[in-house]
Amino acid sequence: MPLELFLDLHSQPCRSVFIFAKKNNIAFEFKKIHLAAGEQYGEEFGKISIMRKVPVMKDGDFILTESVAILKYMAEKFKTPDHWYPADLQRRARVNEYLAWQHSALRTHGSKVFWFKAMIPILTGAEVPKEKMDSAMEDLNMSLKLFEDKFLQDRPFVAGDQISLADLVAIVEVMQPVGVGVDVFKDRPNLSAWRERVKKELGTALFDEAHDVIMNVGNLPQTFKDNGMLEFLKPRIQKLFN
Amino acid sequence: MPLELYLDLFSQPCRSVYIFAKKNNIPFDFKQISLLEGEQYGEDFGKINMMRKAPAIRDGDFTLAESIAILIYMVEKFHTPDHWYPSDLQKRARVNEYLSWQHTGVRIHGSKIFWLKLLIPKALGTEVPKEKMDSALEDLDGSLKLIEEKFLQDRPFIAGEQISLADLVAIVEIMQPVGAGVDVFAGRPKLSAWRDRVKAEIGKELFEEAHERILGAQEMVKALDASKLQVFKPRILKLFL
Repeated sequence: MPLELFLDLHSQPCRSVFIFAKKNNIAFEFKKIHLAAGEQYGEEFGKISIMRKVPVMKDGDFILTESVAILKYMAEKFKTPDHWYPADLQRRARVNEYLAWQHSALRTHGSKVFWFKAMIPILTGAEVPKEKMDSAMEDLNMSLKLFEDKFLQDRPFVAGDQISLADLVAIVEVMQPVGVGVDVFKDRPNLSAWRERVKKELGTALFDEAHDVIMNVGNLPQTFKDNGMLEFLKPRIQKLFN
Repeated sequence: MPLELYLDLFSQPCRSVYIFAKKNNIPFDFKQISLLEGEQYGEDFGKINMMRKAPAIRDGDFTLAESIAILIYMVEKFHTPDHWYPSDLQKRARVNEYLSWQHTGVRIHGSKIFWLKLLIPKALGTEVPKEKMDSALEDLDGSLKLIEEKFLQDRPFIAGEQISLADLVAIVEIMQPVGAGVDVFAGRPKLSAWRDRVKAEIGKELFEEAHERILGAQEMVKALDASKLQVFKPRILKLFL
C-alpha cells in the first residue's frame, strides 16, 4: 500500500514533501486538502490530524505530521541517496542545523510577507500599514542575508557539494514571497545562482509543477471570500500583526 | 579534546544540551555566555556562532549552532542509549515530529511569557498591557493542551515507554514560564505527572542544577541594572509590543 500524503501545494512544507517523494520515485496517493476552503478544519481531516495542518503522511496506520519529520522518515524508509540526509556526522549536523533554524526564521518571515501581501488587503479593505510591511520585509531580508552568509557561504549547497533536505526546505520557503510579487532574487546573485543549482538538481519540470499553484495565487483572496473564510481568519491574521 | 559547550542556563535550548551532555557523561568544557550581559555580541563568540545565539558548540575545528542539531550530533557521536533517539523508524519519527513542531508550537510562547513578565517591565519600566499578556497566556495554554492531547496522550513519554530527546526539549521550554512566576503545572495533573517522570529519569539533582538559574530569574532580574537591557529595546518593541 503506498503512502498517503495530505497536501496543499500553496503550503511551503507540502511542496518540499511533494518534491522529495516525486524526485525519489516514492509511490504515494496525493490527497488534496483545500486550505482556502477550510478543509483542514473539517471533521474528516480532524480524524487524520488534530493539529489541523498540512502536510500529513499516512503510512498504513501510522500518521505523521511536520514536514521535517516526514522528509526524514521517507529518506530512511526508502533509503534515498545519501546526499539528501548524509550519514557523515558533520554534514548531517549542517543539514539539521538549517532545518532547525529555518522554522522561526525564513519560514516565519516568508510566510508573514505572503500573508501581508495576499490576504490583508482583502480582509481589511486596505493595504498593510507601511511600517508593518517594512518591518516584515526587513525580517525577511535579514533571514535571506543569514542564509547567504552563514548557511551557504561559498558552498554550492548548504551541506557542501551536493543538494540535501536543507536546500529543498529552503527553496520552497524562499519561493513563497515570490508568489506574491516580491522578487527576493533581485540583486542577490548568490541566492539566484543557488536557486538555479537547486532547480537543476530537482529538475525544472518537477520544480515548476510543485510551484505552479503558488505562482498563480491571484485568485486566492476571492477563494477565501467565496468559502466564507474571512471572518474565521480575521482574528488569526490580527495575531500575525503582533 | 573535549567538546566546548557555549551556554547560558537562562536559555531553554542551553539547558537541554547541558542536561543531555551531563546525563550521558559526555566530557565538555562549559563556556559561559551571559546573554543578559550581551556576551553573545562579543567578537570571540562571533567566531563560534555568527548568529549570536546560544547554545553553540565547538568540536575541534567544527562549530555548530541550534540545540536540536547539537543534541542529534551528540547522540550520534557518543552512541548514547537508543531511547534518546530511537533507531526504530516510527519511534524516531515521533521524536522528530515533536522536535520540529516545538519551535513555533511551544518555544515561542514560553519565551514570550518570560519576556513579557520579567524582562520587558525591567527594560521599559512599565508593565505590559493586559491584553498582550492575556493573549500570550492563551497561546501558551493552547500549546500545553496540544502537548497533552497529541504528543503525550496516554503514553508515559512522547515516544512511548521511555524518555527521549522530545521530552528533554519539552521540559526545558515548559520550565521557562515557571521561572517567570507562571505555574503552568497548576490544574494540569497529566502534565505534572509527566514532569515528575522526566525529572526522575534525568535525575532530580541534575534537573535542579540545570534549572537553578531560571528559577532564580525573578530575583535576578529585580537586581539587574535596567540599562543593561536597553540593547534589547528595539527587538522588544518589534517582537513583543
